Amino acid sequence: MSQIIDRRLNGRNKNAVNRQRFIRRYRAQIKRAVSDAIGDRSISDIDSGERIIIPSKDIAEPTFRHGQGGERNIILPGNEEFVSGDQLQRPQAGSSRGDSQASNEGEGNDQFSFQISREEFLDFFFDDLALPDLIKTQLATLVETRPARAGYSQQGIPANINIVRSLQGALARRIALGGSKRRRIRELEETLEKLARNGGDNEQKKTLQEELRNLHKKLKRIPFIDDFDLRYNNHIDIPKPITQAVMFCLMDVSGSMDEERKDIAKRFFILLYLFLTRQYERIELVFIRHHTSASEVDEKAFFHARETGGTVVSSAIKLMDEIIRERFSHGDWNLYAAQASDGDNWGDDSPLCRQLLDDRILPQLQYFAYIEIGAQPHQSLWQEYCQISDKHGHFAMQAIASASDIYPVFHKLFKKQARG
Amino acid sequence: MKTQPISSGSEWTFELIQRYDHEIGLLADEYRLDTYPRQIEIISAEQMMDAYSSIGMPIGYHHWSYGKQLLQVEQNYRRGQMGLAYEIVINSNPCIAYLMEENSMMMQALVIAHAAYGHNSFFKNNYLFRAWTNADAIVDYLIFARNYIRQCEERQGETAVEQLLDSCHALMNFGVDRYHHPPELSLLQEQARQEERETYLQSQVNELWRTIPVAATANEHRRRRNFPEEPQENILYFVEKNAPLLQPWQREIVRIVRKIAQYFYPQRQTQVMNEGWATFWHYTLINTLYDRGLVDDGFMMGFIHSHSNVIYQPPFNSPYYSGINPYTLGFSMMSDIRRICEAPTDEDRDWFPDIAGSDWLSTLDQAMRSFRDESFILQFLSPTLIRKLRLFNIFDDDRKQRLEVTAIHDEHGYREIRKSLSNQYNIGRNEPNIEINHVEIEGDRSLTLRHTLSQRRPLHGNTTEVLRHLARLWGFTVRLETVDSRNHVIKSQECPIKASPE
Repeated sequence: MSQIIDRRLNGRNKNAVNRQRFIRRYRAQIKRAVSDAIGDRSISDIDSGERIIIPSKDIAEPTFRHGQGGERNIILPGNEEFVSGDQLQRPQAGSSRGDSQASNEGEGNDQFSFQISREEFLDFFFDDLALPDLIKTQLATLVETRPARAGYSQQGIPANINIVRSLQGALARRIALGGSKRRRIRELEETLEKLARNGGDNEQKKTLQEELRNLHKKLKRIPFIDDFDLRYNNHIDIPKPITQAVMFCLMDVSGSMDEERKDIAKRFFILLYLFLTRQYERIELVFIRHHTSASEVDEKAFFHARETGGTVVSSAIKLMDEIIRERFSHGDWNLYAAQASDGDNWGDDSPLCRQLLDDRILPQLQYFAYIEIGAQPHQSLWQEYCQISDKHGHFAMQAIASASDIYPVFHKLFKKQARG
Repeated sequence: MKTQPISSGSEWTFELIQRYDHEIGLLADEYRLDTYPRQIEIISAEQMMDAYSSIGMPIGYHHWSYGKQLLQVEQNYRRGQMGLAYEIVINSNPCIAYLMEENSMMMQALVIAHAAYGHNSFFKNNYLFRAWTNADAIVDYLIFARNYIRQCEERQGETAVEQLLDSCHALMNFGVDRYHHPPELSLLQEQARQEERETYLQSQVNELWRTIPVAATANEHRRRRNFPEEPQENILYFVEKNAPLLQPWQREIVRIVRKIAQYFYPQRQTQVMNEGWATFWHYTLINTLYDRGLVDDGFMMGFIHSHSNVIYQPPFNSPYYSGINPYTLGFSMMSDIRRICEAPTDEDRDWFPDIAGSDWLSTLDQAMRSFRDESFILQFLSPTLIRKLRLFNIFDDDRKQRLEVTAIHDEHGYREIRKSLSNQYNIGRNEPNIEINHVEIEGDRSLTLRHTLSQRRPLHGNTTEVLRHLARLWGFTVRLETVDSRNHVIKSQECPIKASPE
């Protein structure tokens, strides 16, 4: 009779460790595959897992074996038309025909492909990017704390008494204090027993019994639990970094922004959004679009509605300033803003934008990124922003010419900066 | 007497599995199959993938290459390329066979017959397995290995252990003893022995590499003697015992990899026979169940479908062709032996005078016990089967423009085909012949390997990398000389290593 065992409830991912190690080992190759993949697909798919392809030769495990060449006899099945003595064309090199051992390791293929999860994909995707100044602001604006266990203390409130610890202490103290007395008691008892057996001296017996009684009394007087046995669970307050952020998405929707440019802007914003969601537990989005006047809209309207008309960029910046004052008081929130535009603006408006940013917005912000979409020569807005960029470290600007630039530009904007 | 089928429908339950196992067990006794006790484990598809990727070891140490396997298995499974996990069975006592929960009742019965009885009896009785593996100890040993390697990772760091394992894995196929084998030990003994070994081994190595001057005559003697005295084919064994700079824990890990290679060595040599034997028995056992009315027609239809999928051999010019299917070849040969015993033709009497007309059960049993793929084919591949599979031989010489068909399934070709196919399963011929030839004991401590060319077949392009791995283990320069049949060195490559401070 065989033994039948149901193992289905046993651990499933016995090999998870091995998988992780594989991924760690081929980090560089996988990263390359990830960045290659981004060029090929629309940003909205980025949020899913990815099929990674790396060349098999990179991950091959070498062994001593024969290579091509020399003399070989090969037995094949399914002969139809050959008779002995026939001469055949050599099949093209690389086909694994007749190589019976080749297939099970997949070495016949030139590529090794596998799936990684969304999480892993994004990890690689944003691998060497960081939010600028993140750490600095966290330290500067520590407001919340949370309690954490921190061992035991001798003071505390009754509710925090740790019973096990306290009793352990009491037990140890009782043993320590009573040790010598108990030893003496044992000795006395032995002597008494001896005396009883030998029928010895009554006087001596009496003194001994007296001493024994005293010792027992003393032992009883050792308290079961004492004040200094008490131990309390100790808690300390650990400062809690702010883990919420607001991202302002500012986009120009004037007539000069055509679908293609809007698409590029949209991709950029999605990328930014994904990136921020990985840094913060909570993230709020504020979408502001503008032509000659600005309005706050929902995500759908932001990305899809079309408008026409001229452009006044400062309207959007003003609106942003108002929203910040109303809803996101400085200190509780990490503020980020990204602005996408084709660079078109009313000539008189650009200096105003610079001034607004310089005076009102930038001091409250963690980071402001400006991207200009389109290959035409830069206009007044760009020139004005250049001045800000020189002045403020947390203001960055880049130009995007086509969709393929998005990731490189994004990468440039958020590249980890080496700090001393 | 009319018997009721054991089950109808495709759902399985534990009671049904028990019933089937019981009936199959009774039949197996009738057919005199000698097996280890069986342990049948029901697992899920994910667990099956796990088991697959740890090359069938029930407990494995951690290494990235198993992760690579897992990703590959997952990918194939997702693409539907692989009818996942027909069976996994472990050469242990009790013999562990896995059933996958997704399978139908028919498949479970098939796998029980195939793995828990077929493979099981092969493991227990084939001479290679009897000589090289110890089914009682393997699970214990794997536990020991895993724990030991985990400890090393904690003490020495994961990277150091990983690099060492990489190097060992590169030489795994050259970590096999072909002649003698020590008995294996249980987990506790192994642990106790391991500690003794550490000290002892180190002292031996110290002896070999002693640099204190020796008395002149003894020194002279040492110098004249080549080390090793005989060429060594077990490279990992040699490294474990003699590499000058390895730490005790490193030697132990080399040993673990070597032991595991040794454990799998018989399986590599008996693939055709092992699969053939198991397939033959699931076919025979299930058919007997059917003859006795224990399974119904629906069951049988499903069974025949699965069975013919397993033994399908695509012809060489098919896009699905990927070598000779060991299930087909093995099953056909086993069935053919039975045919030769039961209904021999004149040709069979001519070719197999001693088995034609004999009792098929004992003849098959004998064949299973005392052969491996290479000798099995050489002994039993019959003209009937060569005709049936339409085998032909191609001679490929890289100096010639064209390939030549040298033998087909006709009177002149049978023997050549049989010889050539047998060679195809000869590990000794398929793997390059590489041995440790010389160690410069007195000088720079370099190690020289000798590769004897056979049929002018060159080494694969990754040989340099393997040498680098060997150099990492050895700690000093490693050299590979290729010699032709007249023992002339025709090529030599070297992998130097910077002398590390001692």
